[in-house]
Amino acid sequence: MGKIIIDPVTRIEGHLKIEVVVENKEVKEARSSGTLFRGLELILRGRDPRDAQQITQRICGVCPTSHSTAAALSLDSAFGIADKIPDNGRIIRNLILGAAHIADHILHFYHLVALDYVDVTEIAKYEGNTPALNSIRSFIKRGELGPFIPRYEGDYRLPDKVNEQAVAHYVQAFDMRRKGQEMLSLFGGKMPHNVGIVPGGVTSTPTVDKIISFLWRLKELQEFIDNVYIPDVAAITQAYPDYLEIGHGCGSLLSYGAYELDGKEPDLTKRKRLFKPGITSTDLSFNGLKPDKIAEEVKHSWYSDSISGRHPSQGDIILNEEKDGAYSWIKSPRYEGKVYEAGPLARLMVTYVSGKPEVKSLVDSTLAKLSISIDAMFSVLGRHLARALETKFIADSMADWLLELKPNEPAYVSYELPQEATGMGLTEAARGALGHWIEIKEGKIANYQVVTPTSWNASPIDDREQPGPIEQAITGAKIKDEANPFEIVRIVRSFDPCLACAVHLISPKGHDLGAYCVC
Amino acid sequence: MKEYPAIWLQCAACTGCSVSVLNAVNPSIKNLLIDEVLPGRHINLRFHPTVMAGSGAPVIKVMEDTSKQKRGDYILIVEGAIPTAKNGIHGVVGERAGKPVTMLSRVEELAKDALVVIALGTCAAFGGIPAAHPNPTQCLSVSDILQAQGIDTPVVNIPGCPPHPDWFVGTVASILFSGLPKPEDLDEYRRPKAFYGQLIHENCPRRAYYDENKFAKKLGDPGCLYELGCKGSVTYSDCPLRLWNNGVNWCIANGSPCIGCTEPSFPDEVSPLYEKITAALPETPTGGSS
Repeated sequence: MGKIIIDPVTRIEGHLKIEVVVENKEVKEARSSGTLFRGLELILRGRDPRDAQQITQRICGVCPTSHSTAAALSLDSAFGIADKIPDNGRIIRNLILGAAHIADHILHFYHLVALDYVDVTEIAKYEGNTPALNSIRSFIKRGELGPFIPRYEGDYRLPDKVNEQAVAHYVQAFDMRRKGQEMLSLFGGKMPHNVGIVPGGVTSTPTVDKIISFLWRLKELQEFIDNVYIPDVAAITQAYPDYLEIGHGCGSLLSYGAYELDGKEPDLTKRKRLFKPGITSTDLSFNGLKPDKIAEEVKHSWYSDSISGRHPSQGDIILNEEKDGAYSWIKSPRYEGKVYEAGPLARLMVTYVSGKPEVKSLVDSTLAKLSISIDAMFSVLGRHLARALETKFIADSMADWLLELKPNEPAYVSYELPQEATGMGLTEAARGALGHWIEIKEGKIANYQVVTPTSWNASPIDDREQPGPIEQAITGAKIKDEANPFEIVRIVRSFDPCLACAVHLISPKGHDLGAYCVC
Repeated sequence: MKEYPAIWLQCAACTGCSVSVLNAVNPSIKNLLIDEVLPGRHINLRFHPTVMAGSGAPVIKVMEDTSKQKRGDYILIVEGAIPTAKNGIHGVVGERAGKPVTMLSRVEELAKDALVVIALGTCAAFGGIPAAHPNPTQCLSVSDILQAQGIDTPVVNIPGCPPHPDWFVGTVASILFSGLPKPEDLDEYRRPKAFYGQLIHENCPRRAYYDENKFAKKLGDPGCLYELGCKGSVTYSDCPLRLWNNGVNWCIANGSPCIGCTEPSFPDEVSPLYEKITAALPETPTGGSS
């Protein structure tokens, strides 16, 4: 029996360590732990509630937009204006969040994931006229191969031509994701850390020049999504079909839903949204979301057991660095006490099983074309496919929303700052369900709790001894070569973990996996 | 061909500085990673957690080998502040002999033998968000750590939350082109005057409103944003001239008050962010005057 430690897991956001126990080439135990704690929730206490929109974005520079969205929603509800946001404000918030999701998904697939499947070094033998590939060939000839080498070797399978094209797309995608951020900045002011989304709406009034400038950037991105991104994901599924079976995970999916289609319903769970709030599983049944069923458990996290099982609105941070049996500073969010995966797969599948026709036909036609069953969506490549398909769904929806904007009309509503209030903001980050809960006392933030998608996905074992979704997805994986455990990082990256969001701290001692050995 | 080895260390950060640098235009991030960024000069980015292909012990070896084999020749870029509470246990990167190695140790080890340390972003430059009250992990800036350890490697601060990609690219290009910045190139906070030489207020397109006492009363209004909390009058950066994200916009043009993110006072002394600056604000920096 051997132990594999991967620290740091790279090409994700933040600091993650994965530790697994391998027996007969199969993962028997898996533990994920974050390795950085900043305590942003503690920093928020005592501040002006409005500042939450800015400070919480600094939780994560990859998905700041979703934090500003969740913060604005929670502040809208605390300020009593959840049903008063002007349509322009609602739509521009959707456009800003959508631009972020598009840019983020392109970044994730091409720059964080592709190097697991696409072999840049093969371009050494490229003979052709594509400028991007020729510059990579020159780069390889110079002999200094960082940051592309070292890497886990042993499983690059794409045919030469497909590989060449994918490397060219890796380069092209840098421009595409950048343009996504430029599009976002038209209404967001700047990226990362947009300044546009605020409680009450957004800070800028839409003008026709901005609308058309946004529209044509969006069109270029839509062409890339349809003609490059989705076909590339399909090509990977053809060359690596075993990854449609690897990394199944917990099989239960949770989505808060996102993109407001209705500005008049103050209750977020009843509001009409592009992605439905709800839960589903491998049985493909739809159930509505009840936020009061969320609780965070800490039996195996370095927190005092006294805070375990609390709803996030009652959440707290009481550290216990010496706690026996703890191995992570991520808490374990659970829904009705059960393990749920968050992310694009959850968003897409919850909306799919809710019966939304556009999503049903998009998913069904793609699966038919690729001869993949719906069950295969619960896998490493299923997650990537869901991500690509939802990118299309979001981009196509944004093109419609843009034309609903009313130029030169208000996008912001004023409000009174309350002395005492509570608020909840539920939305979706690129990597899954994101919730903010605020409590205001004496006009200041008394408590602020953030439950991120990576807390769901990278959570440790909970109070009922159920491992988290990533741990479950790794367990059972076959490892061909323990020195090159590419299977593990491929599974982990399919969840698009964002550790700055999820985490909280590291043990000074590391932890002894022996305590959990099943052998 | 001169290769400039570079190590990019992420500490108590949000990766926003990295994402901002990915937004670079002319040169693009592809030019920076793959091409000769200046003729005959190539940045050899050997370690960057978000970009590099490898994971785990092999990449830690690259980082450690570079500091030994390229002593005095490599550029160290630090993103994020450095947690120091409890000897730095709140942030670790990789392991050595089965034990996690703190960010604090990494910064000390890598900075010692670097050609120059670029403290990228307000967290690395001044402490920034993770060092905000109550500073739960006792985060410090790169300069504070180096000073405490008596490490005299030159430090250039490129603050901003995040910094503009041009500020980073321009600083690196300047080092490749004409060597390390001279003392007169930097302000008292070790920021390149080329980018942080003037107050936002000096170049603000809404300045005329200020001079005429026309102030926006709520977000979305025309007028100077001073009464809505704009910190442009105490913040040094060229945002109003350079603009953001390939020139499409910037905070004040978007109707959003400047939050003072390039300053050592960010965020505590410029908070509440949406309240008018009060007399309690510390003396404003004088970066542009010398």
